[in-house]
Amino acid sequence: MKVLLRNPRREIEVEGGRSVDRLLDDLGLNREAHLVICNGTLVPGDARLEDGDTIEVRPVISGGAT
Amino acid sequence: MTAAGSKCKVCKGPAVIDLPRHNAKFCAEHLQQLCRRQMAKAIEDFDMLSPDDRILVAVSGGKDSLAVWDMLIEAGYQADGLYIGLGIGEYSTDSGGYVRRFADERGLSLRTIDLRDEYGYDVPTASKATGRVPCSACGLSKRRLFDQAALDGGYDVVVTGHNLDDEAAVLFGNTLRWDIDYLARQMPVLPATNGFPKKVKPLVRLTEREMAAWCLVRGIDYVVEECPIAAGNKHLSYKETLNAVEAKSPGAKASFYLGFLERMAPLLAGQSAAASGALNHCTQCGSPTTGDVCAFCRLVEKSSAHEPVPVEMLLTRGGKVRRR
Repeated sequence: MKVLLRNPRREIEVEGGRSVDRLLDDLGLNREAHLVICNGTLVPGDARLEDGDTIEVRPVISGGAT
Repeated sequence: MTAAGSKCKVCKGPAVIDLPRHNAKFCAEHLQQLCRRQMAKAIEDFDMLSPDDRILVAVSGGKDSLAVWDMLIEAGYQADGLYIGLGIGEYSTDSGGYVRRFADERGLSLRTIDLRDEYGYDVPTASKATGRVPCSACGLSKRRLFDQAALDGGYDVVVTGHNLDDEAAVLFGNTLRWDIDYLARQMPVLPATNGFPKKVKPLVRLTEREMAAWCLVRGIDYVVEECPIAAGNKHLSYKETLNAVEAKSPGAKASFYLGFLERMAPLLAGQSAAASGALNHCTQCGSPTTGDVCAFCRLVEKSSAHEPVPVEMLLTRGGKVRRR
C-alpha cells in the first residue's frame, strides 16, 4: 500500500495487513503526534490497513517557540 | 481497509479516532461534540468570552487557528480574522492561501498585514538583522501587531489557537528554567491591562491531535507542512518529550498543564513585572515596555534597514536552521 508521509513530503510503499497502530510503531512514529487517513477517511488505531489502500500519515505537531 | 469494529463510545457507530487520554473512541460527530464541550468549558472556567464580544482571531493557516475560528463562529460568536504575512518564502504564500480560502468560503471578515509591505522587513531578515532566533523575531512581530490591530479595531479580545500541547510545552520549558516571571504569566487569559488587549486561548483543554482531527472531519484545509525555520527548535523538542511521556501515561499532558493552572498558578499570581504594572511607554510608539524603546520598534529599525534575507539563507544544506 502507498503511504504518504509529511515533513518532508514523500511516499513509501509498505506491505498491507497491519493495523494503524502497528504501522505507526513500524515507522517509529508516536501515536500521540500523528493521525492516519485511509482512502480519504480518518481511521482509529485498530483499523486494519490492506494492500491497495492509500494511506496518509499526518503529523500534528506544529508551532514555533513564541 | 478492513472494518476494525471499533465503536464510538457515545453512539456505538464506527469510530474515526481513539483518544487514549479519555480511554475512548469517537465517531466524527461525537469527536466534534467533545471538542465543543472542551472549548466551552475552557471559556466558562476562565471567563474568556462574552456572547457579545467582538473577537479578533489570530490566524496563521495552521490547524489550530482555523479550528478555533471555525468553532467560535459555529458557537455563535462574532469573530474576525487577522493574518500576518511573515515573508517566510513559499510557506507564507501557502499559509496565506489557506486562510483566504477559509474566510472566503465562509464569508468571514479577514484582515491581512504584510510585514514586508507595511513595515519593510520579513522574519528571515529580522532574524539575521537582530540576532534573534527566527521564532523569537516572528513571535515578537505577531504579538505586537495582533495587540495593535485589536486596539485600533475596537475589538474586545484577541483569540489565539494555542492548544494543550502548546501550553504544556511552554510550561515544561519555563519549569526547566524555573522562570517565575514567565510562569506567572502563563495563563489562558491575559486581561486587558497596561495598554495590552485581553488575550485568550480557548483551545487549552484540547490537544493538537484533536484539533487536527477536528479539521479533517470538518473538511478544513490547512497548511500541514511545518514552518521551515521552526524545525528543530526547543519548543518542538519539548513537545516530543511530552508526547513520549503521554504515550506511556495517557492524560499526563493534561494533568501537567491543567494541574498547574489549578494548583500552582494561584501561588504565582502577581509575580510578573507586567502584572505589577512596572512598565513604561515606548518613546517611539507609545506601547507598553519595560525599557525606553520597545523591542518591536528596535526590531523594525534594525530589520527595515537590512538587506532582505531570503529564507534559504537561514537553512543549512541539511534543511536545518542556522543557530547563532
